[in-house]
Amino acid sequence: MKLRHMIWKELWQRPTPMLTSLLAVTLGVTALVAIQNITVFSERKIAGDMESLGANVLVLPPSVTLQDYYGADMHGHTMPEEYVTRLALARLPGVENLAPKLCVEADVDTIPVTLTGILPKSEFQAKASWQGLGMLGNAVGSDRGCCATAADTGEADNDPNSLATTRTIAELGDRDVILGRDLASQLGAKTGDTLPLLGEDFTVLTVLPSTGTIDDGRMFAHLHSVQDLSGAGPVVNVIEIMACCEDAAGGLITNLSAELPETRIVTIAQVVQTQIAVNGLMSRLSWVFLSILLLVGGASIASVMYANVTERRKEIGTLMAIGASRNFVTQMFLGKAAILGLAGGAAGFIVGTIVAAVLGPQLLGIHVRPMPMLLGVGMASATIVAVVASLLPARRAAGLDPCLVFNE
Amino acid sequence: MYKLSSVTQTYERRGQIVTALDNADLTIPDNDFIAIVGPSGSGKTTLLSVLGGMLAPSTGDVMLDGQSLYDLSVEERTALRGQKIGFVFQSFNLISWLTARENVQIPLMLSGKTAKQQEERAMEMLDRVGLSDRTDHRPSEMSQGQQQRVALARTLANDPQIILADEPTGNLDSETRQQVMNYLNEFHQDGRTIVMVTHDADTAAFAHRTIRLVAGVTHEVSMARAA
Repeated sequence: MKLRHMIWKELWQRPTPMLTSLLAVTLGVTALVAIQNITVFSERKIAGDMESLGANVLVLPPSVTLQDYYGADMHGHTMPEEYVTRLALARLPGVENLAPKLCVEADVDTIPVTLTGILPKSEFQAKASWQGLGMLGNAVGSDRGCCATAADTGEADNDPNSLATTRTIAELGDRDVILGRDLASQLGAKTGDTLPLLGEDFTVLTVLPSTGTIDDGRMFAHLHSVQDLSGAGPVVNVIEIMACCEDAAGGLITNLSAELPETRIVTIAQVVQTQIAVNGLMSRLSWVFLSILLLVGGASIASVMYANVTERRKEIGTLMAIGASRNFVTQMFLGKAAILGLAGGAAGFIVGTIVAAVLGPQLLGIHVRPMPMLLGVGMASATIVAVVASLLPARRAAGLDPCLVFNE
Repeated sequence: MYKLSSVTQTYERRGQIVTALDNADLTIPDNDFIAIVGPSGSGKTTLLSVLGGMLAPSTGDVMLDGQSLYDLSVEERTALRGQKIGFVFQSFNLISWLTARENVQIPLMLSGKTAKQQEERAMEMLDRVGLSDRTDHRPSEMSQGQQQRVALARTLANDPQIILADEPTGNLDSETRQQVMNYLNEFHQDGRTIVMVTHDADTAAFAHRTIRLVAGVTHEVSMARAA
């Protein structure tokens, strides 16, 4: 027989107070695990959503007033394309992608269309190489890890349809054109067709999936082709920037303004800030809940332990009379507390994960998975609280006068 | 051997000083069998506590085998109890949620014996008190006499040199009392020292000596036969 054997047997002798304490600790850890789990997966979803939204920062000519986020390039004002190069080479932390655009009016078989010039990412790499700055493996520093979720700038961008979601495209030929879904229907055009445009023949590279935005009625071609054929010169209407949420809400705008003082920087900062604030609030709330519930759990354990010491006075006195040291008695109670803490932490992790898995999809439309790290956090915090709450009762037990075995 | 010299123990109760032991002198040689009798409140339990190293006297010396008991630290006295002293209690004081075997294992566990050694010794001791068929029974599943025999087995587990018994037959019927006293007598014949507090004259008659305590003062009553 060993000490742990005695602790284990005694626990099951008094199941009701044990289960009450266990429940209190379990609730505390459940709250922590459930909220943290939902918060983390909510943050990941928001990061994904922001990435899907595309650009969240716009660089505009100074005189432009933004009316429509998706129509930010349809104001007619221009600025030099050289700004794009400056931004790319500045490698500002938080900038994941750049998408310069020039918007002109054109006709296809007498049908008026909005033609948007876009710059494929291969152009950025060419510029970097030309200037001897080969460090830009990716076009614009997406390898710097500033985002909670890394921007997807890999193979998927080779699909021209990625323009609909990421606002960028890897490759685009001089005489290629990409059509929005509505415009393709209007023109009766499909992939591989040839369209006359600005006096040249363009091949339809792809028809974008419907986005529900103004882009569905547009036509996209290489920026330099649009500049040359329209006679606009090396200018753009807007530079769309995909920035990390955290940076877009923070110092990036200041850095952009410093880099391009002659432009107007517009961000959907309010949206970003609100999302981040909600996440932060939830995260902090989970710790507040944990603290409150663990305090309640700790008080419950302390109360149960005090009652346990009172109830077992004669037993403790007997043990001390037959050779149990104060240290042994202390370990008997702290060991019991540690078991309650570990069991409560583990149970709280399981229940909290289940709660998160059930509530996540219902409340926030997110799917959560177990986070093993929270098992460690839950068990450690619950055990510490249980042991600390039991220190005084254990000390009281160890300080009992063994003579009471004769007096009672 | 115990040697108590001018031992006085006083308590303060509601502002009044109560003297439990008053300048008591007592020598208990090895292999003695001594009964301590006296009215309630005469200091019998206090004397047993002092002898057990659990209650430091207000004044005086308590020597055990030439060593001053209360010059030792609390932890050293606890360890000494585990090695040299065994206790028998009036209400047996078995741990209710442990089996007979596990109850006997407790002092062995506290003295650092391995699980195997504990089990073997516990079985041996239970067999000695005639309870080898009750090893997995809990105290609530046994008679009072059987419980006291389990307590005796526990007392013997670490082979103590001294047994301090507090009214060992106080809760037992006459037949079981005789049985328990026979065991204590047997332990005495093994060479152990027995110090027994009792109210019962018949039980005291088993002892070799009887000390009467009156108002904390010891009086040698008789040098009886060793039963």
